[in-house]
Amino acid sequence: MADLFQPIPARPAPVATEGLVPWVRRNLFGDWKSAVTTVLLLALALYLLPGLIDWGLFGAVFGAQADACQAARGSGACWGVVTEKWRVIIFGRYPYEEQWRPEIATLVMVAALVASCVRWFWRPWLVAMWVGVLVVFFVLMGGGVLGLTPIRTDLWGGLPLTVMLATLSIFLAFPLSVLVALGRRSNLPAIRTACVIYIELIRGVPLISVLFMASFMFPLFMPQGMTIDVLARVLVGITLFAAAYMAEIVRGGLQAIPKGQLEAAATLGLTYWQTQRKIVLPQALAMVVPSMMNNFISIFKDTSLVTIVSLYELTGALGLALNSDVNWRPFKIEAYLFITAIYFAFCFAMSRYSLWVEKQVSVSRTR
Amino acid sequence: MYQFLAVLAIAAGVWFLAHNTQQNMQVRGIQSGFDFLRQAAGFDIGETMIAYDPAQSYGRALWVGVLNTLRVAVIGIVLATLLGVLVGVGRFSRNGLVRGLCYGYVELFRNVPILLQLLMWYLFFVEVLPQPQEAWNLGGLFFLSKGGFSFPAPVWVTGHVWMAAGAAAGLVVAWWWRRRVQARFEATGQQGNRWGVPVAAVVLLSIAGWALGGAPRAWSLPEQSAFMVDGGASATPEFMAVLIGLVMYTAAFIAEVVRGGIQSVSHGQTEASSALGLSRRQTMRLVVLPQALRVIIPPLTNQYLNLTKNSSLAVAIGYPDVVSIANTTLNQSGRAVECIAIIMLVYLTTSLSTSALMNWYNKRVAIKER
Amino acid sequence: MSDAIVTFEKVNKWYGNNFHVLRDIELTVARGERIVICGPSGSGKSTLIRCINALEEYQEGRIVVDGTELTDDVKAVEAVRRQVGMVFQQFNLFPHLTVIENLTLAPMWVGHLPKAEAEERAMRQLERVRIAEQARKYPLQLSGGQQQRVAIARALCLTPKIMLFDEPTSALDPEMIKEVLDVMIELAGQGMTMLCVTHEMGFAKAVADRVIFMDQGQIVEQNAPHEFFDNPKSDRTKDFLSKILGH
Repeated sequence: MADLFQPIPARPAPVATEGLVPWVRRNLFGDWKSAVTTVLLLALALYLLPGLIDWGLFGAVFGAQADACQAARGSGACWGVVTEKWRVIIFGRYPYEEQWRPEIATLVMVAALVASCVRWFWRPWLVAMWVGVLVVFFVLMGGGVLGLTPIRTDLWGGLPLTVMLATLSIFLAFPLSVLVALGRRSNLPAIRTACVIYIELIRGVPLISVLFMASFMFPLFMPQGMTIDVLARVLVGITLFAAAYMAEIVRGGLQAIPKGQLEAAATLGLTYWQTQRKIVLPQALAMVVPSMMNNFISIFKDTSLVTIVSLYELTGALGLALNSDVNWRPFKIEAYLFITAIYFAFCFAMSRYSLWVEKQVSVSRTR
Repeated sequence: MYQFLAVLAIAAGVWFLAHNTQQNMQVRGIQSGFDFLRQAAGFDIGETMIAYDPAQSYGRALWVGVLNTLRVAVIGIVLATLLGVLVGVGRFSRNGLVRGLCYGYVELFRNVPILLQLLMWYLFFVEVLPQPQEAWNLGGLFFLSKGGFSFPAPVWVTGHVWMAAGAAAGLVVAWWWRRRVQARFEATGQQGNRWGVPVAAVVLLSIAGWALGGAPRAWSLPEQSAFMVDGGASATPEFMAVLIGLVMYTAAFIAEVVRGGIQSVSHGQTEASSALGLSRRQTMRLVVLPQALRVIIPPLTNQYLNLTKNSSLAVAIGYPDVVSIANTTLNQSGRAVECIAIIMLVYLTTSLSTSALMNWYNKRVAIKER
Repeated sequence: MSDAIVTFEKVNKWYGNNFHVLRDIELTVARGERIVICGPSGSGKSTLIRCINALEEYQEGRIVVDGTELTDDVKAVEAVRRQVGMVFQQFNLFPHLTVIENLTLAPMWVGHLPKAEAEERAMRQLERVRIAEQARKYPLQLSGGQQQRVAIARALCLTPKIMLFDEPTSALDPEMIKEVLDVMIELAGQGMTMLCVTHEMGFAKAVADRVIFMDQGQIVEQNAPHEFFDNPKSDRTKDFLSKILGH
């Protein structure tokens, strides 16, 4: 028991557990039930996939020829509908010659969104940059200055409209949501009640009813003689809707701040607004970034609903493009798949980013 | 002081809006008030659960809408839960392909807007499916075509009430048997069979009730005629599109909720349970699931509310839910404010009552801490 | 000399392809023996005791517990687990059950005891660890030291032949360590076979029959406590002891 100690060197495992073959053996053929499932699923794939690939790729018509598409109907996809109609789908009713303007405007806004996700850009001048980006966007889309022909807002449509509605409503809803969240936690009963009513009312009803309210009732709210732009109405509707949900998220973050922080601030002599601005909000907002991202993804998807109030964003523009054109109408499925891919690309990228942010936040909290 | 200013500001705002509204409505000749609900509707409704014709009032039309909304919401919730739980549990499967398929399903259906999904399902029903004359059929009993989905349904007579009574009696026997098994387990340590007798009781007593009620055997079978599929029970393509679209979309979110709940139970719980000698099945039933359910129920209820609210998109497809009918009413009668208020009231009642129920349940099962 | 209740014969374990976590472990534990295992983190000491109740699998060698060899056979493993009790660093009490329900769960569902008898046994164990008055409380309503004592009582309810302790006091606040150690010392005094992974050297000196030092997956040195602490033979042992006792 008291022999001299001889260290034993490490050696690799006799049977490999990592690597492709062990993984396949463990995950696909682990026990007989798993093996049977694998075989059945592979059989199903072999049965369905050749047909799908044939339809989507080899038998498909890529050029914009309606008659070739009709001939291939049932056996080949008509991607020609995308080749032919993508401009109307992406830009809506915007006049053809001026479509370079929404193109640049959308690229600028998407670039700004991507930049805001990168840490390097989190400086004080980010807000100023965003104001600049929005000005550029509206000037390009609306025109009327700098020699650009004015284009009415009800002609705006497609992807630029989707991106703009989502981004702008979040931008505007954010400060509102912070105020409402603070108001809900306030000690003044009048303010607290008002905030609670607002939040519970909006969260309890579907977005479509808020959009109907915006569409039909806002003109009634305006003083005599004043009209309000359709786009502005819808924007206000989405903003109010988003702000209610974001207020709950912010409230969750505020609740997670330990009481000790408020007590420390009080002993340092800070006023209510100073405490909120310098101590509470920075911590709370950092904590809720992942939830906010999820909310942004939801709002992005929800912009598709403005189709129902006659603003032709991406989903609506598709209906516009195809419903009246008899030649291309039968090929709606391919067009739907096209915009499904666009939405999926945006939303999936955003959700991956959100997961990455969550990981960063949790890493920075563990020692 | 702030409070006073705030109240003043809100009151001023409300007065401003109300004043404008009144003025505008006077100028445009719009009347207000809910008396229009008694006027004749004058429009037809594609599918109704209760008897309705255009001569009946707006109020009744809206009630038809509410019932339609409830119909798609309740069936949707049941199906979405089943599918969502399957997919959520499938994410933990030992088979890599199953895990991958579940992950793919969740990511695909979560990242595409629900309206787009509903429109695509409707397109499938309206364009891809064959004409009723050439409906796809399964065994001559189930028919799927542009006209909808037809399936055999028993003809409801009093005999079926006896069967339902038998089933109810079976449930009572089942409940009593399970209590007896639990009592015996506590008294002697022997674990009886908890499922065999209850299931048998419900089945046998239902059959007995059916036999007592005269053994009604009449079924309404769908039959293919020259122009359509007649008979049986049917579901319109609009209803099918809304139902399937909502179920597939919401199930993806429910799957994530279930997955999160199961993951939230720390691995140490499973280890401690195994170390005590409990089998995998016992560990799941006695230790993991009870804890997971407490984490799952609140967000699950949230998804149920989302499904109900999303059913409002039926207006884009032509399924006559409450929003769709209110929209028609609004356009016909011009009573925008009242109709929108009705829509909001219907959904608010559902949301608030479900939230209240969920809060009560949460308090009851909360894990007690110091 | 009493018969061996646990034997490790040339046991090797790997995590993945390359992390050789247990190397040629040879160990014999006699019935009624009390062993303390110490060593730096990552040395494989937790892994070693977790192999005894099959919470970890091993790739090479042979482990026999109370006459049963640990293999893939599920029935054999379940039989062994009924004889081996384990106490975890994080307590792992079931938060949705009361204290007494935590204790009666396994005796009723695995031991097939009637509820009354299981509760009686549970109350006796709770009295043994001096916490009987908390029987109807929920685990999260108790302090850390109280929860760990409940965990010990829960493991004792199955009347195990061997008790394994995996750093039972490492997650406790300092003022609660003593109450748990006192229970363990009392248990040791009653003849229970114990294997304990811990940094509490005072406990080792008071109770252990043998102290084992592990490093990098190997048993470096093992000896009776007074020999071990006063006369460490290997340099690695000396190094470790100076670090752990020097402050």
